[in-house]
Amino acid sequence: MNEMTITNAQYTTTDNTTIKCEIGGIRMQVPTDPSNRHYDEIKKQVDAGTLTIADAD
Amino acid sequence: MSKARQLADNGAGGQNKNLVINGSMAIHQRGGTITLANGAVTYTLDRMCFFKSHAGTNTVEQSTDAPVGFLNSLKVTTTVADASVAAGDRVAMIYRMEGLDAAKLEFGSSSAKTITISFYVKSSITGTHGGAVGNGSDNRAYPFTYTISDANTWERKTITVAGDTTGTWAVTNARSLQVCWGLGVGSTYSGSAGAWEAADRNSASGATTGVLTTANATWFITGIQIEAESFATPFAPKSFAEDLIDCQRYYFKFLEGDDKEIGVGWYFSSSHASFMFRYPTTMRATPTGIDETGTGYYTLFRNGGSDAFNSVTFENGSTEQFSAFNNSEMSGTAGQAGIVRGTNASSKIEFDAEI
Repeated sequence: MNEMTITNAQYTTTDNTTIKCEIGGIRMQVPTDPSNRHYDEIKKQVDAGTLTIADAD
Repeated sequence: MSKARQLADNGAGGQNKNLVINGSMAIHQRGGTITLANGAVTYTLDRMCFFKSHAGTNTVEQSTDAPVGFLNSLKVTTTVADASVAAGDRVAMIYRMEGLDAAKLEFGSSSAKTITISFYVKSSITGTHGGAVGNGSDNRAYPFTYTISDANTWERKTITVAGDTTGTWAVTNARSLQVCWGLGVGSTYSGSAGAWEAADRNSASGATTGVLTTANATWFITGIQIEAESFATPFAPKSFAEDLIDCQRYYFKFLEGDDKEIGVGWYFSSSHASFMFRYPTTMRATPTGIDETGTGYYTLFRNGGSDAFNSVTFENGSTEQFSAFNNSEMSGTAGQAGIVRGTNASSKIEFDAEI
């Protein structure tokens, strides 16, 4: 029950510790912590093939 | 009896028995009236979230309409009704308890404790209302009902539930026991009241959907208590400061508005400024950083001048702090330091470690 609309996902830095994205239209920066509910949902959507995380600039 | 006297009397039962944080609805860090997102979880007053999936519109706000002994309540208003409730439609308020707090209930074992949920509720919709206790995996549920006898009148309700001896109940920092109050739930997420089942439920079969289907319907709640007892005891209030710091384990607004300090900043290079955020308490998990962005929303004041920038990039977060930088809009001298501030009425930094 944590459905989220996630778009424009991209790693913030090359160490891949944080992902910048929009969740429900709001700019957020999500740490790659498995206990973080936003990261948990990002991971589910990536695993399902519905979301791709771009490399850091 | 005065509110002050009632507040004092409410403390008689001890302060640690209530497993709910912000049960008195005193803390609303996000502030304002919040419109529930569709098809998603929306956090509103601290620790209180909603799941909404229907064609209408609901708003949530903190209210000063409260029963004797309380200063605040949570108010839901249906601003646009959904006249036809499909099987999968639902809107429910949910209290999600962290496993570290729920562990003492020993759910999922033969030692599972009986719990009693009590709360004050008031609604324009009378009749049988529903809700459900469930686990964090959304595959165990105990639907319940309660009756609102008189419209727009505060009433205290109690629900006693025998602890679930099966199922998976987190005892870590993950989502564990949760209580839903259904405000209009279709058949898919409604089950038979009074028994545990292996299902995802937000309400009980036969409960009213009137809050969802009636324009301008209202539903208020406060004084929520969950305790390991087979009966309800008086609500055990915490101080405002205690509730606030407990809430900040899950959500924390670092700043909002103009001329609000972030802290010391320095130029790592001429085009890269670094600074950091330290939280007031250890958060449940490394939080999501949220920055409101716009022209000149943040400024590094240094060397008798200022260097404005529009956004914050977070890196290397933990449950204690988050480092941050901007390397796209800065212009300074490597090694110089100064003070970083929010410099626009709309500047805002938030950290979210909700479950």
